Amino acid sequence: MAGLHNSEFSNPVINWIDTRLPIFTMMQKEYGSFPTPKNFNYFWNFGALATVNLLLMIATGVFLAMNYTPNTSMAFESVQRIMRDVNYGWLLRYLHSNGASMFFIVVYIHIFRGMYYGSYKKPRELLWILGVVILLLMMATAFMGYVLPWGQMSYWGATVITNLFSAIPLVGDSIVTLLWGGFSVDNPTLNRFFSLHYLMPFVLIAVVFLHVAALHITGSNNPLGIDVKTPQDTLPFHPYYTAKDSVGMCVWAMVLAALVFFAPNFLGDPANFIPANPLQTPAEIVPEWYFLPFYAILRSVPDKLGGVSMMFGSIIVLFILPWLDTSPVRSARFRPIYRVLMWVLVIDLLALGAVGAHRPEGIWVVIGRASTAWYFLHFLVLLPLLGKFEKTLPLPDSISQPVLKGGIGGGPLAGAAAAQSMEKN
Amino acid sequence: MRPVALALFAGLLAGPALVPAAFAQDAADLPKQNWSFAGPFGTYDRASAQRGFQVYKEVCSACHSMKLVHYRDLSGIGFDAKQIAAIAATVEVSGGVNDDGEPFNRPGLPSDMFKSPFANDNAARAANNGALPPDQSVLLNAREGGADYIYDLLTGYADPPAGMTMGDGMNYNKYFPGHQIAMGQPLHDDQVVYSDGTKATIEQEARDVTTFLAFVANPEMEERKRLGAKAIIFLALLTGVTYAVKRRVWADVDH
Ligand code: HEC
Ligand code: HEM
Repeated sequence: MAGLHNSEFSNPVINWIDTRLPIFTMMQKEYGSFPTPKNFNYFWNFGALATVNLLLMIATGVFLAMNYTPNTSMAFESVQRIMRDVNYGWLLRYLHSNGASMFFIVVYIHIFRGMYYGSYKKPRELLWILGVVILLLMMATAFMGYVLPWGQMSYWGATVITNLFSAIPLVGDSIVTLLWGGFSVDNPTLNRFFSLHYLMPFVLIAVVFLHVAALHITGSNNPLGIDVKTPQDTLPFHPYYTAKDSVGMCVWAMVLAALVFFAPNFLGDPANFIPANPLQTPAEIVPEWYFLPFYAILRSVPDKLGGVSMMFGSIIVLFILPWLDTSPVRSARFRPIYRVLMWVLVIDLLALGAVGAHRPEGIWVVIGRASTAWYFLHFLVLLPLLGKFEKTLPLPDSISQPVLKGGIGGGPLAGAAAAQSMEKN
Repeated sequence: MRPVALALFAGLLAGPALVPAAFAQDAADLPKQNWSFAGPFGTYDRASAQRGFQVYKEVCSACHSMKLVHYRDLSGIGFDAKQIAAIAATVEVSGGVNDDGEPFNRPGLPSDMFKSPFANDNAARAANNGALPPDQSVLLNAREGGADYIYDLLTGYADPPAGMTMGDGMNYNKYFPGHQIAMGQPLHDDQVVYSDGTKATIEQEARDVTTFLAFVANPEMEERKRLGAKAIIFLALLTGVTYAVKRRVWADVDH
């Protein structure tokens, strides 16, 4: 099967390379002329935003690592030195810490998009599963990264979360010892977390590559959730979606800049400005905001193994979501009940987040249990049943058809769609 | 209609960032102060921060270290090179070993870190009835409430309410969690004599030293906000241009 590629590029240098290694042809095919549904709304920005965000994390992280010391006696101080004595070190660090928050905001919206428009359904199941793998890797990376500055929350967060594994029957304690590299969170733990925190983003890059490769086999979903039928339904990715993604990137950069320059510690915990102290438990051990809903699920179950199982289970259900949802219709726009349930799920997750931020006392216990129950009810009971009973709205014949008629109504997101179809005015 | 889509999008991005604020734990009700360094354009009031340094040097530094701060960093609140050299020279620091292998001391230099009052934590505890005075380099960032909390703590000493039994050597404070703090009231009226003639009330001293602590905890703040204003303006323009380009590109598409 070997043989030189017949390159169509006229520039001699590009042609020479492309003949031998057709990466230019590939880029042209996958990001230039790639046929993309013409009716994307701005929710379709978030995959590209996540990619850029990942690159930002790697770029800032590599420079932070040049000045960071992974030793329990020096880690806290080395991070403070980066903030004070390294030129623009504060900028690097605040970009990295707030960048992690932005990453989760972006990916959570990206996942919401996938759920709302049914992007996980046939034939995109594997694409979706790779996405959930990305989410898990991101979480592990963020968790280990948060340990590195070796503040009080770093230390105690690491202690609480690694201890969870001890709930696993038989092998639990051995796993915890392995994670710690000893019998408590200590220098070996810090060393291995640093090593893994540096490694995992590159694993992420590889999985994102597979995720995008799978996307380019199935093609993108779209707000109507119907398949592309004719070339009239699509536009070449460039310049249309490169231009539209650029708008989103500017707005993303602006939000990130607002955080970094004007409220760099807004999302952080003050206790992480106190050096780790194994002898003094902080009054309150709270994870970063993006883990709060999962932390709430963990604490809502009175039994340790039960809580741990439910917490991991809350992500595991996402893996099987393509088979839990039995409805043949993808987009929530044509599923009147599912549409409501999606927003209820958003409220449910916000409630879980609030629960995670408070001591498990009084009313918070009740809210925590109710919203945990609802989360699993949504995925394990309501979605499988809904496919059987929900009366869906009639689907348009093609993507261009409703577009030509000036957009169809309905749904909380109709506003965005309408705004979009009016853009040509 | 056009900006609506954009605003919606911005809201979607920014919205979740604000959510954690609503989730913040129930912090104690702290009286709020107006700070020169608050807000997007705030800067450190130089005179107040310099007076605050005096309070730190004459009062707090008897117990609290500030290990992450260099004397040279004082240029950030307007001390000039000569003043800094003079301040640094007032302390003796270890100079390592001399050519004969004997340890020796030398006067401090601007490049030295602030000298700690105690050789180690145990010595600090021993001198403080068992309690450890925390390092003050980033102390202001390490407390819920930040500057307001520090100010309130310093001015919040009072007699314990009737019926409350205080621990041995403990002091009642309205704002300290649990209300029993091992630090005796550090500030009183006329504790220091300000050379610029400012009247040294306890409130004034607390305000000045808090401003200084805010500076040492966030020495990059003024530069950060200046750069931030430029970045936001640049990005706003870029967003506008990019959006215009996008509309041009899409102008001939029926969608
Ligand atoms: C006589 C020694 C001493 C002096 C002088 C002193 N402190 Fe303290 N400080 C302590 C001790 C001891 C603690 C620990 C208190 C505790 O944990 O109960 C402390 C704690 C603190 C705390 C932390 C309270 C908290 O929330 O945990 C702050 C803030 C503080 N001091 C500020 C100051 C300032 C500002 C000054 C100078 C105006 C000052 N201190 C002078 C001994 C001192
Ligand atoms: C590091 C994190 C991630 C990156 C960099 C990333 C990247 C991308 C990119 C570039 C696209 C194409 C653009 C788009 O449609 O928005 C995409 C699509 C998609 N992603 Fe992700 N993604 C990430 C995480 C996830 C996660 C966690 C999930 C789900 C659990 C997910 C599910 C999907 C799905 C279903 C699509 C196809 C969407 C469609 O066309 O309808 N992604 N991703």
